[in-house]
Amino acid sequence: MKILVCISNVPDTTTKVKFTDNNKQVDDAGVQWIINPWDELALTRAIELKEDGNNSIDEVCVINVGLSKCDATLRKALAIGADKAIRIDADPIDAYYVAAQIADYLKNNPFDIVLSGIESSDYNGSSVGGMLSEFMDCPAISSMTKLEIENGNVTIHRAIPGGKQILELTTPFVGIVQKGITNEPRIPAMRGIMMARKKPLEVLSAVEMESLSHIVEFELPVAKASCKMIDAEHLEELVNLLKSEAKVL
Amino acid sequence: MSVIAFAKNWEGKFKKSTYELVSYAKELAFRLNTQTLVLSIGEVEESELEKLVQYGADKIISVDDSRLNILSSRIYAEVISQVVNKEDASYVILSDNNSGKAISPRLSVKLKAGLAAGVLDVPKSLDPFVIKKQVFTGKAFAYVQIDSEKKILTLSKNSFGIVENPTSLNLVKFTPELSDDLFKIKVKSVESSDNKIILADADIVVSAGRGMKSADNWQPVEDLASVMGAATACSRPVSDDGWRGHEEHVGQTGKVIAPNLYFAIGISGAIQHVAGVSRSKCIVAINTDPEAPIFSVADYGVVGDAMIVLPELTEIIRNGE
Ligand SMILES: Cc1cc2nc3c(=O)[nH]c(=O)nc-3n(C[C@H](O)[C@H](O)[C@H](O)COP(=O)(O)OP(=O)(O)OC[C@H]3O[C@@H](n4cnc5c(N)ncnc54)[C@H](O)[C@@H]3O)c2cc1C
Ligand SMILES: Nc1ncnc2c1ncn2[C@@H]1O[C@H](COP(=O)(O)O)[C@@H](O)[C@H]1O
Repeated sequence: MKILVCISNVPDTTTKVKFTDNNKQVDDAGVQWIINPWDELALTRAIELKEDGNNSIDEVCVINVGLSKCDATLRKALAIGADKAIRIDADPIDAYYVAAQIADYLKNNPFDIVLSGIESSDYNGSSVGGMLSEFMDCPAISSMTKLEIENGNVTIHRAIPGGKQILELTTPFVGIVQKGITNEPRIPAMRGIMMARKKPLEVLSAVEMESLSHIVEFELPVAKASCKMIDAEHLEELVNLLKSEAKVL
Repeated sequence: MSVIAFAKNWEGKFKKSTYELVSYAKELAFRLNTQTLVLSIGEVEESELEKLVQYGADKIISVDDSRLNILSSRIYAEVISQVVNKEDASYVILSDNNSGKAISPRLSVKLKAGLAAGVLDVPKSLDPFVIKKQVFTGKAFAYVQIDSEKKILTLSKNSFGIVENPTSLNLVKFTPELSDDLFKIKVKSVESSDNKIILADADIVVSAGRGMKSADNWQPVEDLASVMGAATACSRPVSDDGWRGHEEHVGQTGKVIAPNLYFAIGISGAIQHVAGVSRSKCIVAINTDPEAPIFSVADYGVVGDAMIVLPELTEIIRNGE
């Protein structure tokens, strides 16, 4: 079986978001780029499955729709253990555009399992994985918290409000990865970084595709009024304020 | 032209978020000068469906097929798209929760309709259609323009509110055409955690961090939550270390929540944590360190040891009931 992991290149989670050009562009200055946290977990799980001795996975490939600034992130994915990286060279306008590009690639390059993250931590679309599954006309597992493969049989856990479902299904499918799929994201080791240099990073040109939406402008939240401090000896005051002032109790 | 709201049920019942969704759909329909249709999938009793009339449903379309009691994003997207086409609707609104997030992208592809996920307000303009949504997990907002003719929105919880707008009951049934092929995923079993309050739905959330020092110190947190009927949550290191389950982890890489009242106890207030809770209406911070960054995002703060403050606070609230 072959696994394709979709990788979104996002600002480090500690980034203080700023905008330029009259709030029309994200200010990239000083931003560290990382693999979107859930994509990192998806990739880690894919590599674990390849290594588990079951020999059920032959290849783990990563894909990104983005400009050349994403190459460093893809190299990191290779260093973590992916066998091959593909970048579709385009500035992604919306999730539909991204999903359509990946779906087009999949037409000629079929995979058994496609993994995406539950959302990209920048634009919070929660969309690409679901859209891909519709383009592929196959099932999608949203909020996937466990993926096991044994003798070709796939077992999956899906988080649902207040519990989980345990599912069995056949490939191909899209798994939309949630926390829990693996314990810790893998960090590239020195050997991995050396090996990554020799692994293929293929750059493909984008196909003509439309987008359905675009961002016009950004806005920052207004700063909160200052915090009211309450003496730990007079907690009844807090309760009163929550009841009469904030009206939340 | 009409607006369709997808009213998801949980074991045959609607939640407050469904009423907010219908209220929002009504407001949008009003602005567009069109009808508010509400679609329910799976078996729901008429008396439950009738409740949606209170929030402005001009027509309720019920697909009461027992095969559809368990959500499948693929099948639900198919059913919704059949209804959209039949009714010639232009707008589909879903809640920005697990099910809405799973269905809306599939629907977007089916209908070739642009999707704005996690919208926070009514549209800024109708033509072009521009709407505010959250980006960077609550660290910022974006105004998104949807260019396609059909449009899909998922509505963030607690961003519009519940507005009563009674209409009269107009209930119709719809039978979609579904091939057997669609029913391929086998649900082997379902496990539910003990019937605690579900974090995503909770009006009050009591959340604690590494300041609690050990998994054994959670009783005061549980007690405070229980006296207020609140859900419990935690910071990431707490779930990473297995002190609490992953389902309680809130923040940029955990759940993003927007309750009315959020207690951050022994939580320093790292940017990734705050991102996931900043839309809470009111934040109370309890921390031994007066310099902790959490105080800069909180509405009310108490400097003190959680192990002492929590039992006292719980007592005061209990006695005040
Ligand atoms: C990629 C990435 C993603 C992340 N995503 C998330 C996320 O989604 N959610 C998240 O929460 N974190 C996330 N983090 C981690 C985040 O950066 C912080 O490390 C984390 O939030 C800190 O957790 P904490 O506040 O519980 O612990 P600490 O930072 O250790 O804070 C403990 C606090 O408790 C106080 N304290 C100590 N004793 C007491 C006492 N007796 N009573 C009261 N207060 C006391 C201390 O003063 C301190 O402020 C992420 C980090 C990374 C790198
Ligand atoms: N530009 C991209 N290239 C490849 N995969 C992406 C891209 N954007 C998003 N994804 C994938 O889709 C998931 C959800 O992203 P989003 O729909 O943008 O919230 C991410 O976790 C990635 O797995």
